[in-house]
Amino acid sequence: MRVLMFGWEFPPHIAGGLGTACYGMTQGLARNDVEVIFVMPKASGDEDQSFVKVVNASDIEARYCDSSIEGADDIMRKISFIHIDSNMVPYISPEEWATYREGYERTGKKFWERKGDSWTQRYTFSGKYGANIMEEVARYAVVAAEVAQQLEGQFDVIHAHDWLTYFAGIAAKRVSGKPLVVHMHATSFDRSSSDNIDTRVYEIERAGMAAADMVIAVSNLTRNIVINKYNIEPEKVVAVHNAVQFAENDNPLPKRGVEDKIVTFLGRITFQKGPDYFIEAAAKVLQRVPNVRFVMAGSGDMMNHCIRRAAQLGISDRFHFTGFLKGDDVQKMFQLSDVYVMPSVSEPFGISPLEAMRSNVPTIISHQSGVAEVLDYAVKVNYWDVDAMADSIYGLITYPALAKMFSEKGMDEVNNLKWINAAAKIKTVYEQAIEKCNK
Amino acid sequence: MKTVCFYFQVHQPWRLKTYRFFNMGNDHNYLDDFTNRAIMQKVARECYLPMNALLLSLIEENKGAVKCSFSITGSAVEQFKAYAPEVLDSFKKLAETGCVEFLGETYSHSLSSLYSTDEFKQEVKLHTAMLKEEFGVKPTAFRNTELIYSDSIAQVVEGMGFKTMLAEGAKHILGWKSPNFVYTDAVDNKLRLLLRNYKLSDDIAFRFSNEGWGEWPLTADKFAGWVASETGDVVNLFMDYETFGEHQKASTGIFDFMKALPAALLAHGIEFATVSEASKKLQPVAVLHCPHAMSWADEERDVTAWLGNDLQNEAFGKLYALAPRIKKAKNKDFDYVWHFMQNSDHFYYMATKWLSDGDVHSYFNPYGSAYEAFINYMNVLADFEIELNKL
Repeated sequence: MRVLMFGWEFPPHIAGGLGTACYGMTQGLARNDVEVIFVMPKASGDEDQSFVKVVNASDIEARYCDSSIEGADDIMRKISFIHIDSNMVPYISPEEWATYREGYERTGKKFWERKGDSWTQRYTFSGKYGANIMEEVARYAVVAAEVAQQLEGQFDVIHAHDWLTYFAGIAAKRVSGKPLVVHMHATSFDRSSSDNIDTRVYEIERAGMAAADMVIAVSNLTRNIVINKYNIEPEKVVAVHNAVQFAENDNPLPKRGVEDKIVTFLGRITFQKGPDYFIEAAAKVLQRVPNVRFVMAGSGDMMNHCIRRAAQLGISDRFHFTGFLKGDDVQKMFQLSDVYVMPSVSEPFGISPLEAMRSNVPTIISHQSGVAEVLDYAVKVNYWDVDAMADSIYGLITYPALAKMFSEKGMDEVNNLKWINAAAKIKTVYEQAIEKCNK
Repeated sequence: MKTVCFYFQVHQPWRLKTYRFFNMGNDHNYLDDFTNRAIMQKVARECYLPMNALLLSLIEENKGAVKCSFSITGSAVEQFKAYAPEVLDSFKKLAETGCVEFLGETYSHSLSSLYSTDEFKQEVKLHTAMLKEEFGVKPTAFRNTELIYSDSIAQVVEGMGFKTMLAEGAKHILGWKSPNFVYTDAVDNKLRLLLRNYKLSDDIAFRFSNEGWGEWPLTADKFAGWVASETGDVVNLFMDYETFGEHQKASTGIFDFMKALPAALLAHGIEFATVSEASKKLQPVAVLHCPHAMSWADEERDVTAWLGNDLQNEAFGKLYALAPRIKKAKNKDFDYVWHFMQNSDHFYYMATKWLSDGDVHSYFNPYGSAYEAFINYMNVLADFEIELNKL
């Protein structure tokens, strides 16, 4: 089986967890005899290509030409359904558009009806999450159509990751007629409080899932959101839990500077991740046990709020902030920790507790995370229940037997979450999609 | 005859290096040696050395008619010794003229007067000992960190044997009264007070190079005229010594201005005096009530620049909570860190009031934000405490 996969990022160039998940997934699929052609903007050429073929979307030439040229017209018609609220015709940069537009007003010459050879334009994508992301989403769709046409007959199914690539997936499906599977790694409702979602993103997500033959959600939690808040038919939504693939860690154990127990929060310091509940729990623990330190690693829009709150509670001498951690420091932080806490308010999956468990660290996770569905050896609390959270932290740092059990069993558990198994499920979903499409 | 009284504040904080959570327990060198050296040597080159040379020549030319007072912190002297010993020598030369008075203050330019009498006294004693050793003088006048003053602080200062203390001529304390007279403290009226004339002081310290200012360019004659036309006995011009060549660069003409100023003042019949001389020869006119601490900083002239938000209060409380253990430890290495951790500047970096005084705050701030300053300080403090607990 061959799959045309649309992503937005791929290791080593990643801004979030999506790239890491794509990497593990493609490897797992390869082991299940699935060939993957991975399309992403701005491939930089140093990706590990042993399992996947990385096509650089910036290398694809999108052709625009006189409608008189045969075939080109065809593409234009096939992608014309992508209607984005934008004056990008034909998907050029706003500066270029302004220049052409001025020329048109002055001379009356229609720049989009150039005479002669086809007008070849090579798009350069910035490939980063930024302000002009909507524009890039639309441009990516144009290129996707081109890719699908060029690779005709070389794939059986299309797989699009997250809303950023949904228009690309739809475009490829329309051009090729192949079935589309979209993968929900997160929903708009996880990115912000539920009354305040980005409606543009919501619409893209909904359109993508409606057009898809099958939808994959990373957890039952996400599956329920997809069904209830996006009104997608339950039959076509399947939960496939992420797995985790660890890079071999041969870093020596970092020198431990402090003798106190260390309790860690690691992640973006935003509303979604519940950092304020962690602080309240920390204050409660510190009232009981003096020999413990709390670390909040990461950065985010709630960081200053958190620093102030810790100061107000008078625990700043035992509550430390590291700022954003890069590269090896993340691993180092896990290795230094005695307890890892992920108090997320809403977490579609949540890979970081698995990384902690892999470093032998007992973890506490919220019931409001997808990863809670697959883990037995992690303490689970409601994110808002700071008493329970404090209680669990206290238990894990005070009773060595408890910590030992969680750390040993947790290691076994996390080692059994393999992408090869998750990929087998994904392959089944592909087969369902193909079957549905052929009906 | 009217008197003019110049007092210059000389201080450099010990700046902390970026100290991460990962350093804790492993690394006990807290200072940013490169930055501290670079700044000290730059300020020495642009300010301390040329200005000391200028003052020395003015004193010699005018045969004792030109006088001024200095307050030099222990932190500054430590840095002179480490990075610019020639600066310390030039101050000693000024001391030898007999026309320069050295004031007592806290050794670390600390906020200890706001914490406890004991800690405050300790700091002042240490500074007095330093003056004795470096300059061979025993101070009789006192200036507290950033001119922080209150009735209760005055009591402690007087109890230590000081005759005179400096304070800000703050509007909210003085009301209709003029800063150009000698006052006494409110409790037993034994401590004499000299109050800063902030208008004329800031004309030199802040406005001198401001081309948008109506009075720009400021000449020595014009300024001497202003001093002469002030009502009162004494005009107190108190400012940071770094004004000369550092805040006001040499290119603004500040050195030429100061070179011409003594002659212009003397021509108006104005006399120079050191702080103690002025307070001795002039009669106090009234008592000054100041139940809450005031300072010379910011528009509010209070202590909120250092203790005005949760971060600052937390850091201040956590620092001084260590005081009893430091005292018990009697360990020189710990005392050394203890002193530089008390530099008021660390708390200044954590300020979050950025309206009218934002410019001044950010000028002196090596951190991107108050939060960064706080995190870094608390990390160092945490490690310091861990080490202290090991003793």
